[in-house]
Amino acid sequence: MRPAGAATKGRRMATEAQGSEGGGLVFHPMDQFMVKPLFGDGAVGMFTLTNVTLWMVLAVAATFALLVLGTSKREIVPGRTQSIAELAYDFIRKMVEDVAGKDALPFFPYIMTLFMFIVFANFLGLLPMAFTTTSHIAVTAVLAMLVFVTVTVVGFVRHGAGFLSLFWVSSAPLPLRPVLALIEVISYFVRPVSHSIRLAGNMMAGHAVVKVFAAFAPMIALSVGVGILVTPLSILAITAIYALEVLVAFIQAYVFTILTCVYLRDALHPHH
Amino acid sequence: MASEAKAAESASGLPQLDFSTFGNQIFWLAVALVVLYFILSRIALPRIAAVLAERQGTITNDLAAADDLKARAVEAEEAYKKALAEASAEAQKIIAETKAAIREDLDRANAEADAEIKAKTAEGEKKIADIRAGALDAVRDVAKDVTAELVASMGQKADGRSVTAAVNARMKG
Repeated sequence: MRPAGAATKGRRMATEAQGSEGGGLVFHPMDQFMVKPLFGDGAVGMFTLTNVTLWMVLAVAATFALLVLGTSKREIVPGRTQSIAELAYDFIRKMVEDVAGKDALPFFPYIMTLFMFIVFANFLGLLPMAFTTTSHIAVTAVLAMLVFVTVTVVGFVRHGAGFLSLFWVSSAPLPLRPVLALIEVISYFVRPVSHSIRLAGNMMAGHAVVKVFAAFAPMIALSVGVGILVTPLSILAITAIYALEVLVAFIQAYVFTILTCVYLRDALHPHH
Repeated sequence: MASEAKAAESASGLPQLDFSTFGNQIFWLAVALVVLYFILSRIALPRIAAVLAERQGTITNDLAAADDLKARAVEAEEAYKKALAEASAEAQKIIAETKAAIREDLDRANAEADAEIKAKTAEGEKKIADIRAGALDAVRDVAKDVTAELVASMGQKADGRSVTAAVNARMKG
């Protein structure tokens, strides 16, 4: 097995080679997702400090800055940062309470952790040259599996075998119930898959599209005739997609969190 | 070189599917989540909850204080109205008393004046009676004299006593 670093280098050469074949424009929209060591060019081991480490630490630091430093004055009449921190707190707390129910409040710190991490990872990933940790299926799959395992464990601990009534649609006609149960079980196990791919896919697609348009932007340097049209259009497209991505960054964090709350509600109240 | 690159490309097209980096990502994700969880559950969330509770408390207290002040304002207004009513009643009383006193003085003065007038009238009437009595005597004297003269002119001697008797009888009749 060759070291991963060599593979990375090789891949970049390949994309550049492709780019030079395509008339001087350099396309490598997927390079931004490559996991690279922060120092040196060695292999990526389990504990290597990588760009993943850097941007996760930044997400944690940003959350710390907002929720801890921002509220350090404990003002009765909050300033801007404290207002935002309180807004985030109220937003998620209300979501947990409304969607999952009052008895889900012990899980509020856990859900808040998920939301703050995802929302900051998404937004930090929008900075130029940034690495989007949530665009990786490895990351979102772990987040989704954490939710899946938590929800399943909570369901069985709270209700024992009664949790299985989640799959037994008692309002349906009796002959239909086994069929529905099969479908319910399948959909239950598909949850973590859709949960994780939705987030990673959204993040990856948007960022890749921005990079593709960015590759068209320097067209004017190659050919003024074509570039005079293509360059402004691609810059306009980058702006538009970026605006959409800002929206998506928040919405996907929101969707991930609210789905977590929905799954938690199923675990706490499995009876249809 | 080119074939090696091609091989790498086909081995893992997407960086997301490069399984050699999964361990690294999962490890750092776990670290980040654990750290974040402790930051939130130990520091940030209790603090924000405390701030929100404190604010709620302050708002409740302020509202209570406002209610209290409002009640006191109403009380003060009532006291003022009461004082005003009392003062007005007092003024009415003083006015009535003063009126009564003035009326009494006036009545007394009137009574005194009436009495004086009555006395003066009586005195006048007495004087008039005296004068009338005087006049009657004078009339009698004149009548006697006239009678005596008449009798004398008829050549007879007038008896004084009979003349007097006759005049008195005439004047009575």
